[in-house]
Amino acid sequence: MAELSFREAIAAGIAQEMERDPLVYFIGEDVGAAGGVFKATVGLFERFGPERVRDTPISEQAIIGAAMGAAMTGLRPIAEIMFSDFLATCWDMVANQIAKTRYMTDGQVSLPLVIRTANGGGTRFGAQHSQSLENWGMAVPGLKVVAPSTPADAKGLLAGAIRDPDPVLFFEQKSLYGVKGDVPDGEHVEALGRAKVLRDGKDCTIVALAAMVPRAMAAADRLAADGIEATVVDVRSLVPLDTRTILAEVRKTGRLFTVEENPRLCGWGAELASIAADECFDDLDGPIVRITAPHVPLPAADVLEDAAMPSTGRIVQTVLRSMR
Amino acid sequence: MSTQVQKPPAADIDRPTRLRLYQLMVELRDFEQRAYELFLENLVRGTSHLALGQEAIAAGYAVAMRADDYTFCTYRGHGHTLARGASMAAAMAELLGRGNGMMHGKGGSMHLTDVKHGAMGSYAIVGAHLPIAAGAAWSAQVRKSGQVAVCFFGDGTTNIGAFHEALNLAVVWKLPVVFVCENNQYMEYTPIRSVTAVEHPAADRASAYGLESILTDGNDADVMYDIARQTIGKARAGGGPSLVEALTYRHGGHSRGDPAKYRPEAEVREWLSRDPVKRYRERLLASGVSEAEVNEIETRAQQKVDAATEEARNGAPATVDEIERQVWSDGSAKWRN
Repeated sequence: MAELSFREAIAAGIAQEMERDPLVYFIGEDVGAAGGVFKATVGLFERFGPERVRDTPISEQAIIGAAMGAAMTGLRPIAEIMFSDFLATCWDMVANQIAKTRYMTDGQVSLPLVIRTANGGGTRFGAQHSQSLENWGMAVPGLKVVAPSTPADAKGLLAGAIRDPDPVLFFEQKSLYGVKGDVPDGEHVEALGRAKVLRDGKDCTIVALAAMVPRAMAAADRLAADGIEATVVDVRSLVPLDTRTILAEVRKTGRLFTVEENPRLCGWGAELASIAADECFDDLDGPIVRITAPHVPLPAADVLEDAAMPSTGRIVQTVLRSMR
Repeated sequence: MSTQVQKPPAADIDRPTRLRLYQLMVELRDFEQRAYELFLENLVRGTSHLALGQEAIAAGYAVAMRADDYTFCTYRGHGHTLARGASMAAAMAELLGRGNGMMHGKGGSMHLTDVKHGAMGSYAIVGAHLPIAAGAAWSAQVRKSGQVAVCFFGDGTTNIGAFHEALNLAVVWKLPVVFVCENNQYMEYTPIRSVTAVEHPAADRASAYGLESILTDGNDADVMYDIARQTIGKARAGGGPSLVEALTYRHGGHSRGDPAKYRPEAEVREWLSRDPVKRYRERLLASGVSEAEVNEIETRAQQKVDAATEEARNGAPATVDEIERQVWSDGSAKWRN
């Protein structure tokens, strides 16, 4: 085990796969000599050269379109969109072209590509550089959606995404970039579509994603002091969704809480709540409760942003209120 | 603007190539006319966008391409797809929503794709395929395969952002891609001139990307074949991208429900007199090809379209078990366990 920051783990994951497979190429804005604006790709340009690690203009449609054209003709490109908010400028490429072309051509085309993007709030950047947009991808058939919460998963799931034969949106929660954690030595690859049970408790199940996972874990510690034993599940991958693992935990505890960074409407937790209501209604001992940001654009000021995003305190209070 | 329409090429196009150009144009013309007839019979559902009148561009480029080169085209893409050698019966069946369609009914008229013939897709969101074609060219470049991507699009595309993003990237990365603007004078129902800052929507913008301004007669198959040879050759030799504007005209409306009443009669008459198929027929005859030979090409094309129509019409409707197939590479549509 080596201790790496989340951003170092991202670079390590890309490097591992570029080393292994000469068809893996990496493009994006400022990803070359600059090492990425979040410094999550430092060293790749020096190690793999300007052909395999290539700077692009500020042209998100061209970046994602080029990745698609390359993927359909034999490469395994990784394309970086600096902030997930910028996906809006190339959503045609993502949602209309990449997501649908395999289906429309009845499998004539495969698109083994990864779109990496810095996602989410906590950095006081305001509403156009802080969105938590996993749900956008989840709503479009044909896209896989992954969001790691730890350095180990940042490397392992990114490697898994690069090896996956289908297009993957890989969301890196930007407030996690500096977080350190143990990453297994040697080759590290995690298959997509597996949730992870991080903590076992008998009273309720808290399901969280990305930056909400450490908050859910901290909340579970505080709840334990109040006599409530919570199971915490890291979803890790929204598509494919590991409903087997999640529903098994819901059945054991009889309660489901989701912790979502996204604004309220149509969050991934709503889909999960619907599935749980459908398939384990008889096992539920109380309402399914979603803890989300309010349905507003995320504000910039620290006090406002902190209050809008689900905090450890809000998770604790919501669970306590609902369990009493 | 100093942009000039390029002169016809010197007569160095050999006879078999000329016969092939004519054969392809006639086949594409007959296919589109049959598609229109089947639409009138209410057998073609949804929409369809015919390229009647624009055959010289598809034929000129397809004949000049290597078998493993890539074609990217638009929803007006029947001709470009067939020109690469895709099955006419499979294309017709796709238009009819049959199970024996090119994509088993899952794509339809606007998305004809036949990857094994290099027809990498028909793209129905204006401009989307320009960056994608650049990506295929990037892949060819780094794989050192010698392949070239040719990307066809309409005049309306020149006013969308993806056009400019793709051209800039292609030039900066010196990609082996040829962008061919089929300027059929109308952006859907609106004259392109009335919504564009320059007279020649593609050619006049070439200089913005450091490219030569190329304006050609898109209704002349020899001219198109010649410019195709030049631009594809340049791309294959590592000389980077080209942007070609081919002047042409849609004989019909934008899509199947459009009678195109917005076009002045005199303009339509003028362009019909420059019909690329009729014009090429006359040129072949004048160059010594016999009437019998030309008739033979035309008869064979009709027979091919008849056979394709028959095969398509006899196909069973697309089957509903297709619905949940091929979202993912494992063939499934599974999103949970």
